[in-house]
Amino acid sequence: MLERLPHLLGIESLSREQIEFFLDQAKPFQEFQLYPLKKLATLRGKTVALAFFEPSTRTRISFTTAASRLGADTMALQAEASSLKKGESLMDTVRTLEAMKPDAIVMRHSSSGAPHFVAERLEIPVLNAGDGTHEHPTQALLDALTIRDRAGRLESLNVTILGDILHSRVARSNIHLLGKFGARITLCGPSMWVPREVEGLAPQVRRTFSVDRALEGADVVMTLRVQTERIHEPALAPDEYIAGYQLTPERLRRAKPDALVMHPGPMIRGLEIDPAVADGPQSCVLEQVTNGLAVRMALLYHLVGGPPADAPHPAKD
Amino acid sequence: MRVVEKRQLLSAEEISRTLNRLAHEIVEKSGGAHHVALIGVRRRGVPLSQRLAVAIKGFAQIDVPVGTLDITLYRDDLSTIGPQPVVQSTNIDFAVDNRDLVIVDDVLYTGRTIRAAMNGLFDLGRPKRVRLLVLVDRGHRELPIEATFIGQTIQTSDTEIVEVRLTEIDGEERVMLVDRVS
Repeated sequence: MLERLPHLLGIESLSREQIEFFLDQAKPFQEFQLYPLKKLATLRGKTVALAFFEPSTRTRISFTTAASRLGADTMALQAEASSLKKGESLMDTVRTLEAMKPDAIVMRHSSSGAPHFVAERLEIPVLNAGDGTHEHPTQALLDALTIRDRAGRLESLNVTILGDILHSRVARSNIHLLGKFGARITLCGPSMWVPREVEGLAPQVRRTFSVDRALEGADVVMTLRVQTERIHEPALAPDEYIAGYQLTPERLRRAKPDALVMHPGPMIRGLEIDPAVADGPQSCVLEQVTNGLAVRMALLYHLVGGPPADAPHPAKD
Repeated sequence: MRVVEKRQLLSAEEISRTLNRLAHEIVEKSGGAHHVALIGVRRRGVPLSQRLAVAIKGFAQIDVPVGTLDITLYRDDLSTIGPQPVVQSTNIDFAVDNRDLVIVDDVLYTGRTIRAAMNGLFDLGRPKRVRLLVLVDRGHRELPIEATFIGQTIQTSDTEIVEVRLTEIDGEERVMLVDRVS
């Protein structure tokens, strides 16, 4: 039994032992997704606030469903409808949510470090659902769970990440996580998206601008979403990206025959990934989604369950 | 707080004889046990349920399915204790609908574990009947729950602890009565 985490802000500060603990704890929740009756009362009476200062569909639905299946209630603040548009400061918005007495806040924000800033000022656990280009810890955990289930291990894998590494919090969290397990990580994409600095994120990280070289011998291939607002002429036209970096069946043959193909979604077929690969037997895309629920249930159970921090201690028997 | 052993309640041989008798009782009271399935409650109910299934197979040639239930998520004290207990897997690879289930646990005490186990089982379906088997019933119930199959009933005080040790988990085989001394 590990000491309880006060918050989940990123993967970088977690130990390998803590990561393995949460992956193990996700196991019973994976099985739970197959139950005919998917409703527990474990977190009954608890409220999880979802503060998404940046649009999100899947992560928000996944956290909402995870909380609901554990019996917790949720209250959601949505970027489009929120008072942020009216100029309220981040701290004022968060304090307002806190005044409604939630037991935890799940937060996504376009500024790197925003959840850390909030966590230092609130008494309740903060779960980072993505901050700027910094981290997306639950995505890395669900990816690790998917890899461990399919490949049978997490240690010493050859992992290739394709796409816009520079702006990707998914890539950053995954590099931190897999790096702790001795992965040899190859980052590949247009040179402006794979700067030299990313090599410092984990011990065995290399860069290459050739997809063929990047895929050689890979156990896991992660494709990232290409943010369409970032590809435009003259720097990089969509056609050039497709020609140079799309994950196609031909290119995938350079990886190991049973290499896993992963994508955090939302996936743009025909841009970063060929539909034949996205739907092929090596694709884990839908397992990633289901595993996301299991990982988030395990995290909510451990961070939100139990007595509130300010509760009087129950009498010891 | 220290614990001291007061006396041994069951030896290895007595545990074995008791389980054999309980296995016979299950078959007798179930009209042949063809629809029976055993649900071992983690942790020590699990080896007990497996041994019962082996015994039934031995004398009645019936294969009784055995499942494992983890009750952690169904406990009623999660909002008062901390940190959160570790969740384990529930492995029940048969449909519980219309089954004649026997929950198997080592010690029956307050009844709260069994309440949690029943909640867990009903999330998986609608059994035809649910009964309870325990190796030791030590009294002090806090809920209206009783066992159908009981290895041994003993009187205890509420500072005492019944410690069941099974080879599969503890590397030794006996049941002891211990007391807390502060």
